[in-house]
Amino acid sequence: MPTADSRLGAVLDVDMRTRLGGTTIPSPVLTASGCAAAGRELDPFLDLTALGAVVTKSVQLRARSGRPTPRMAETPSGMLNSIGLQGPGIVGFLNEDLPWLAARGVRAMVSIAGGAVEEYAELASRLRGACGMVALEVNISCPNVESRGEVFACDPAAAHAVLAAVRTADPGVPVYAKLSPDVTDIASVATACVDGGADGISAINTLLGLVIDTDTLRPVLSAVTGGLSGPAIRPVALRCVWQIHRALPETPILGMGGITNGAEALQFVVAGASAVSVGTAVFGNPSAPERISRELAELLARNGFARFSDAIGFAHRSAGPTDGHGPGT
Amino acid sequence: MSRTWGFTQAVDLAEAHDQMTAMMPIPLPPVPTTQRAGPVQVRATIMKVRTAGAYREFTVHAPGVVPGAQPGQFVTLGVGGESSALLLRRAFALSGVDGDAVSVVVAAHGAGTRWVFERGPGDVLDLVGPLGRPFPAPSPGAAALLVAGGYGAAPFVGLAQRLTAAGHPVAAVLGASTAERLYAAQELAPLTQVLVVTTEDGSAGRTGRVTDVLPDLLPGASVVYACGPMPMLRAVAAQAAARGLRCHVSVEEAMACGIGVCMTCVLPVVGADGTSRFLRSCVDGPVFDAASVRFDDIGRLPDDVQGASAMLTTR
Repeated sequence: MPTADSRLGAVLDVDMRTRLGGTTIPSPVLTASGCAAAGRELDPFLDLTALGAVVTKSVQLRARSGRPTPRMAETPSGMLNSIGLQGPGIVGFLNEDLPWLAARGVRAMVSIAGGAVEEYAELASRLRGACGMVALEVNISCPNVESRGEVFACDPAAAHAVLAAVRTADPGVPVYAKLSPDVTDIASVATACVDGGADGISAINTLLGLVIDTDTLRPVLSAVTGGLSGPAIRPVALRCVWQIHRALPETPILGMGGITNGAEALQFVVAGASAVSVGTAVFGNPSAPERISRELAELLARNGFARFSDAIGFAHRSAGPTDGHGPGT
Repeated sequence: MSRTWGFTQAVDLAEAHDQMTAMMPIPLPPVPTTQRAGPVQVRATIMKVRTAGAYREFTVHAPGVVPGAQPGQFVTLGVGGESSALLLRRAFALSGVDGDAVSVVVAAHGAGTRWVFERGPGDVLDLVGPLGRPFPAPSPGAAALLVAGGYGAAPFVGLAQRLTAAGHPVAAVLGASTAERLYAAQELAPLTQVLVVTTEDGSAGRTGRVTDVLPDLLPGASVVYACGPMPMLRAVAAQAAARGLRCHVSVEEAMACGIGVCMTCVLPVVGADGTSRFLRSCVDGPVFDAASVRFDDIGRLPDDVQGASAMLTTR
């Protein structure tokens, strides 16, 4: 067991840089879309510039009110939400949210959502070249839409069409497709997205869930169903990351789903994630991403990794003599 | 119930009315306009636990929270400990501040609040605060009527202290289902010219609800502050509005984060520009001008709320 001092030294030695598509970022820990608004509210609690990026709440073309309340139900080790993508619309986002982040040197991974392929394309062109944006996350998997038939991520052909349209609208920006676990074969959806032009995959979005109030004998949420998040979904998320990395070993994965500490983040990394997002944990602890980042670095050092990037997908490699990519002894 | 509420009995409402209206207006000192200090996250050690009827008041050492903290603001606490299955923070109105200490009143509603309820001196809590917007100061000399339901009285001790120190006549109505669910009656007694207590079961004060006694007290008031369950706020707001009185309500909506990132705790509010929006009660509230809150539309999506039309579009 290393002493506290030697461990600190080791932490400082771990190169935590990773890549988000073609962009190098100093930390593999990001926020998760919908769990950090547009960053500003978290500013009192952590250094936003130290994060890999702030992943902003999905923006659509028009301002959206979101759904009526109740919008949230706490569940065992998780929560169900049906916010309905409340937000300012792309104009408000470009005028206020993104400039605030850019002015402070905070990297923004901008999440976009739409009801039609053309809407995604228009959002991508409106955002093209926007100051502060380091990547796009294309949310094709929000469960809180009018009809499940509109969840593009449930249909490889529809997912392909959205990603191809976004790629055409902005050929340069790193593009990640955010996928739903509520599918039979997530690897085939991921493959369709990459074929369409996605640089990477964000996995996973929430799972569709339901809670009923036993006093009223009616669903708790006004929208009836909502998206389940938090540690309750972590094994599902990890399995998805594993399967996607197996199918697409060269494709970067932004892994997320119930991460609350460094050890859990490390599970995603060795399963194939080249970066992780911290979502629901922020609701319970606004400074969580900072702590998770520190714990992850500490664990990598303890496991003999000199570089974060050496740990990506490590669990897939066969055990045996060291191949020079850690962990050392 | 053997508790006594001596000072709450036999308040003569006519006399109370006279007392309030007889108060001479005294100018209010300038309202501090300095920017409020932002919220901080601290490990707060419990210094003292006091039982108050069905509630417990926790006083915790929370350095950095007090500067800028004002009545009407709240703090959130992590609940359940490190390995808890309860992920979300619980919000509590500030009931007092003193030096580096802040106090909150806890009612054991569910698993999370029960966990806090069972903490004791020396235990450490993860605390974030101060959060939200406080009660605004009234116009100089205005007679203030404070209306609370149950532990909704928590922020009113601090508010009454500020108001009396600034020379405002203050009256208060505290209501609850039963005596043990009243809060702060003893603390508010010396801070108010008039204090009326109501319980639905008649176990303390007058039998009935706070709204039953408002017709007698509102004529002497220039401004109303209310904190309690939504139906009570709605009824108080309606009575205040009928008399043309300014009314500030502190709402208690379910929150997941308390800091404005989750968008859970919204309610429809009419802005100064006449446009209705879903505002977050954690950062845009919890105190709202009652006239701006669309009480009838809480839990609904009115067509004229900004962005409502975008919810209807399908591809």
